[in-house]
Amino acid sequence: MRSNRGYAAFLIPGAILSLVVIVVPLVMNVAISFTRWQGVGTPEWIGLDNYSRLLEDDNFWASFRNIIFLIFAMAVIPTAIGLVLAAVLFDYVAKRVGPRTASAFRSGFYLPQVLPVAVTGIVWGWILNPSFGALNAILTNAGLDALAKNWLGDPTYALYSVMVMLIWFQVGYPVVMFMSGLQRVDPELYEAASIDGANWWQRFIRIAVYQIKPEIYVVLVTTTIAALKVFGQIFVLTRGGPGNATLVPSYFAYQNFFEKAQVGYGSAIATVLTLIIVALSVVFLRIQARGEQKDAL
Amino acid sequence: MNRAIRPAVLATLTVLVLLVLSPFALVALNAFKRPADYATNGPLSLPDSLYFKGLTDFWIRVDFGEKLWNSFFISGSVAVLAVIVSVLNAYALGIGRVRGRSLFLIFFLLANLLPQEALVYPLYYLSKEVGLYNTQTAVIIIFTAIQSAFGTYLLSSVYAVFPREMLEAAAIDGAGKVRTLWRVVVPISWPSLSVLFTFFFIWTWNEFFLPLVFLISNDKQTVPVALGVLQGDRLMDATTTSASALLGIAPAVLFFLIFQRTLSRGIMSGAVK
Repeated sequence: MRSNRGYAAFLIPGAILSLVVIVVPLVMNVAISFTRWQGVGTPEWIGLDNYSRLLEDDNFWASFRNIIFLIFAMAVIPTAIGLVLAAVLFDYVAKRVGPRTASAFRSGFYLPQVLPVAVTGIVWGWILNPSFGALNAILTNAGLDALAKNWLGDPTYALYSVMVMLIWFQVGYPVVMFMSGLQRVDPELYEAASIDGANWWQRFIRIAVYQIKPEIYVVLVTTTIAALKVFGQIFVLTRGGPGNATLVPSYFAYQNFFEKAQVGYGSAIATVLTLIIVALSVVFLRIQARGEQKDAL
Repeated sequence: MNRAIRPAVLATLTVLVLLVLSPFALVALNAFKRPADYATNGPLSLPDSLYFKGLTDFWIRVDFGEKLWNSFFISGSVAVLAVIVSVLNAYALGIGRVRGRSLFLIFFLLANLLPQEALVYPLYYLSKEVGLYNTQTAVIIIFTAIQSAFGTYLLSSVYAVFPREMLEAAAIDGAGKVRTLWRVVVPISWPSLSVLFTFFFIWTWNEFFLPLVFLISNDKQTVPVALGVLQGDRLMDATTTSASALLGIAPAVLFFLIFQRTLSRGIMSGAVK
């Protein structure tokens, strides 16, 4: 048996880097969240005051209410659409028309994912612009002036407009994940089900969805975490407005850090966000571990 | 029955994919339009003449060549450095199986999932203290740490199943640990490393939040930051906006076409073993 001693030295560069960039700043952030600090001078220790202030802050609650909507737009809806698209592409298009056509469709759906999110924001900012935007121009040309709206500037529509953009952005990821997951499914299962008289929908639910459960968990968790972290699109499109209609925790923290010089308060927001994400990740790890145990049995 | 369904399925899919691609088409169509053409004919018409002035004016106004180079330099440096750090970490954890291995792996996984907001202010403060604020070096160091956290997690599972006979053969030939890493492990895992490199490059290229905070001078900014902060600029009109969007889209789509195979192989590998 080879000796395992002496390998620890290879961890030194990575450990120093993680310490300086991740561990120390993370601990500092938590410490700052117990203080009142403007970013200059000495932080003043105020205990849990920032956290009790958060509980009474309408903007904080609005940002988390908006996140629920964004989780639907980035996790729930794309997963549902992605399941159907992936199953149709895999089980129907690839088999009846050809795998090249199926992968061409897959690439088309995936394309928005490769763009920098800030550029995504610019594209949609222009399309949805009330005065020179493409969408209102198209609606007006089609004689549907009544449907033209101030998509991002009106609090009634702003969050829904952002949601549509996020669904557009996100849908390709589950399609790609689920299509490769479906490759694991034994084709004989499908044949057996067909012989037993199962229709397409029954095969989809009982075989495809059931067999790619691990992929569905992964997609749901990673996209939910991505929704909690949304920043670039909001910064470019709405800056959280109008009012707090599209405010999200990350932009709320950014505002307190760099616009309002309320660093302690911003740190408290960031700490709460971190706790939620870590909790979700732990649940995710557990589900994955349980899946592996099942495979082993 | 299937014959009737087939055109319907294909037609529905085609409509859906065209909907997804329509923003790209709108941008491409209007980036080459004269502003007056847009005003009279709207966003759906073909340009009445190929007009490059919107693109070139915007390119000059933001010094886009400089922004491209900044993005390229930062993403390239991060990708190379983060692959190196990932390899070193994964060598110790996946092959060396050092003590506390699973704790390290959980740490790296969580480090990658952390919201950047939880790190940003201390990093901003510390970088000012050491004179690295508003430098590309700071951004490179930070992203090397963040990307290599993911790389370590992924590569450790690849190295955990590395063929032991290879390592033993190298040891019998008298190769030390450094030599074994460089001569045996790295060459054999080259495909995984190229997937990591591609991912790190594209992820760093697309980053917005930390570069926005750290790169405040115009001449240091990356493509997304330069374009992002211009949004809301009152001088922007429809054709300039689509010209700027086209310039932001073009490099990303180019990478997508170049790396398509690597990417689709890699998207999965991180998630489900």
